[in-house]
Amino acid sequence: MSSVIQAKLHTSSDPLLIAGVEYKSRLLVGTGKYKDLEETRAATEASGAEIVTVAIRRTNIGQNPNEPSLLEVISPDKYTLLPNTAGCYTASDAVRTCRLARELLDGHELVKLEVLGDEKTLFPDIIQTIEATEILVKDGFKIMVYTNDDPIIAKRFEDMGCVAVMPLAAPIGSGLGIRNPHNIRTIVENASVPILVDAGVGTASDAAIAMELGCDGVLMNTAIAGAQDPVLMASAMKKGIEAGREAFRAGRIPRKRFASASSPIDGTFF
Amino acid sequence: MNITVNGTASEYPDKLSASELLRSLGLADKRLALEINEEIVSRSTYDNHVINPGDRVEIVHAIGGG
Repeated sequence: MSSVIQAKLHTSSDPLLIAGVEYKSRLLVGTGKYKDLEETRAATEASGAEIVTVAIRRTNIGQNPNEPSLLEVISPDKYTLLPNTAGCYTASDAVRTCRLARELLDGHELVKLEVLGDEKTLFPDIIQTIEATEILVKDGFKIMVYTNDDPIIAKRFEDMGCVAVMPLAAPIGSGLGIRNPHNIRTIVENASVPILVDAGVGTASDAAIAMELGCDGVLMNTAIAGAQDPVLMASAMKKGIEAGREAFRAGRIPRKRFASASSPIDGTFF
Repeated sequence: MNITVNGTASEYPDKLSASELLRSLGLADKRLALEINEEIVSRSTYDNHVINPGDRVEIVHAIGGG
């Protein structure tokens, strides 16, 4: 590769823009399911992620108050924290959670809204999610919303004022990969806010496929934290995201049924 | 007085402020958020916020999640 082209590739800016803020990394990671805080820190670092999700839960009353806390290893000064509403099954619980998160993080308005439908699938309850979105948008929150892979609903969330729409690729924690690439593509084509695949990714190729479909980013947790070597998988996911994004920007060749020779036909001597 | 903190009802001294409650729980200076009877109590008002008998107090923090 010529040095000119190489320079262009390295310098061409391709930031992810969410709610007016630019991010270099298109990989967003969760902080759940790690064996300890040191593993959380190391894997988050290796992923290169700048936006990191956290959950809001009761403090343990009566237990050692001096035990180290997540925010000591995932510092709000270094990362953009994305508090989630995981575990909420009603709009009102999700709204409460977001308001507590905003207080906890000194007025921080970026949240990941998820309102779940049932424990078996962890699919979103769209009716409750819409209800929560209406309240939270009015309340000034910047919402990145977890939803299903329905293009009509995805557009609805965008129209309601969500700053990013995050369709699932497969059930949370399932590692099944992109189950409906055609819908994800349709959602991306219709959108004028960032579309991020949230949930269902199992390995680096899944992340690359999401990016090749034109997604603006991928949010994942279990695929990294549940890997045998989470730090190595975090690094693999970073590369999968980057490779998929570059391939999307480069424009892949069309699929054809039959061969097309790579070597010229002219000039053969046999 | 009896109040409920994070789902557990217990006896606490009367006329307790939010600051005093958090201190008694060893949580002063921790990064947390406080909700009383489903209303957020902002950090700047902890000293003046008086806890009443029967109040339902939630004290939350950030933990790992996806």
